[in-house]
Amino acid sequence: MKRTPLYESHIALGGKIIDFGGWALPVQYTGIINEHRAVRTAAGLFDVSHMGEILIEGNGAGEYIQKMITNDILKVAMGRAVYSPMCYENGGTVDDLLIYKLEEKKYLLVVNAANIEKDLDWLKDHCEDNNVSITDLSHKYGLLAIQGPASQEILQRLSATSLDDIRFFRFLTDIEIGGVKAIVSRTGYTGEDGFEIYIPADKAIGLWDRLLDIGADKGLIPAGLGARDTLRFEVALPLYGHELSPEISPLEAGLDRFVKLHKAGFVGRDSLLKQAESGSYRRLIGLEMVDRGIPRAGYKVFAGDREAGFITSGGMAPTLGKNLGLALIDKESAQGSEEFFVQMRGKLLRAKIVDTPFYVK
Amino acid sequence: MKVIEDLKYAKGHEWVKVEGNRAYIGITDFAQDELGDIVFVELPDVGTNLDADDILGTIESVKAASDIYAPVSGTIVEVNSELEESPELINEDPYEAWVAVIEMADGSEVANLMDGAEYEKFCKEEA
Repeated sequence: MKRTPLYESHIALGGKIIDFGGWALPVQYTGIINEHRAVRTAAGLFDVSHMGEILIEGNGAGEYIQKMITNDILKVAMGRAVYSPMCYENGGTVDDLLIYKLEEKKYLLVVNAANIEKDLDWLKDHCEDNNVSITDLSHKYGLLAIQGPASQEILQRLSATSLDDIRFFRFLTDIEIGGVKAIVSRTGYTGEDGFEIYIPADKAIGLWDRLLDIGADKGLIPAGLGARDTLRFEVALPLYGHELSPEISPLEAGLDRFVKLHKAGFVGRDSLLKQAESGSYRRLIGLEMVDRGIPRAGYKVFAGDREAGFITSGGMAPTLGKNLGLALIDKESAQGSEEFFVQMRGKLLRAKIVDTPFYVK
Repeated sequence: MKVIEDLKYAKGHEWVKVEGNRAYIGITDFAQDELGDIVFVELPDVGTNLDADDILGTIESVKAASDIYAPVSGTIVEVNSELEESPELINEDPYEAWVAVIEMADGSEVANLMDGAEYEKFCKEEA
């Protein structure tokens, strides 16, 4: 298994290591529910160094990225991070990513760890412009995410730069955090306020330790992949491999606002335009169990007596104490009024449609 | 990891406490620690007949669902319905939080199970 620069720290903190798409990472330290609550009420520190960073630069870099993604980055101001799906010609999803415009002709793409190789191949295969260079910097970056209402106060203790200057989905480059030059963005994957901090890989341990030390009195604790998943699930943020995949388009995943169909010539546009015009694509809905049972990814969903689709992510939502699922189902079922059932261990258990995100601050 | 010497253990990390022809079944400290925060327990119906290794019930943690297997054959005569409201009792004290009682069809099956020392060794090999 691959290790992040913080592997030894996770072991020392009692992290329970699992294989996450080929990476040895902690699923939890003290317990998923405890870490989840810390992030909702105080702050949690996540090692997300496994995420991939791909640098795209040169004349034409902007136009090239514009062709590869579904969102629109051409008019984006410097210092703003953009979320976007990246699609295949058939509208299925290659990956979902964050794009940081570092300079006029220089962009950093942050991609899912399990997709780094696939994305690099896909990007290079579609780059015909010799002036555009694509470089994998994944191993050079350490990435920490501090998430939760106390994040700013804690992080501010390590920086002379006012974090008020970084608004939601904005970032600053070359700011000093604990004496380390970093890219800091007000982004995350938890539904809470928080920051993601990109630093040189060899500075990760030092910053990790300093943050845990300086944030302890505000309730900052290390948090693992388990809490990361329950936190993002409660606010219905998509997880690649669950809500998005080569078989699931961003329209089906409900990400319409990140798919700019008016934008000319991006990969997948023709297929997505057809989906949008016909309107008959599947819908991602929220389900809450009425009967006792926990929906899990892959369980079948029925509308009345008809199989309608499947659960993409499910679980007990720690903040809400409810058994919830995201389900990808056919359009008719999503708009109909039939009763929903989730099949668990051979039994059909009742569920009802609820709004997403499940949890709203 | 806590192992109680005079209980019997199955490879599915269930413990068995034998009282006459009644067998109390629970999951071990090793199992609850591996699962993490337990949030749901599905108990069998009283009166269900099970063969050894049949699915007896299901325990779900925040992360995943795992089945509990019957370590011995027999009939379910009692279930710990307190666990439906408070599944976390299994995390807090796995050897107190029994799941079900099986009236054994064949008491000699207990001899197929591990004792405390054997189970401890089994866990070390699995870890």
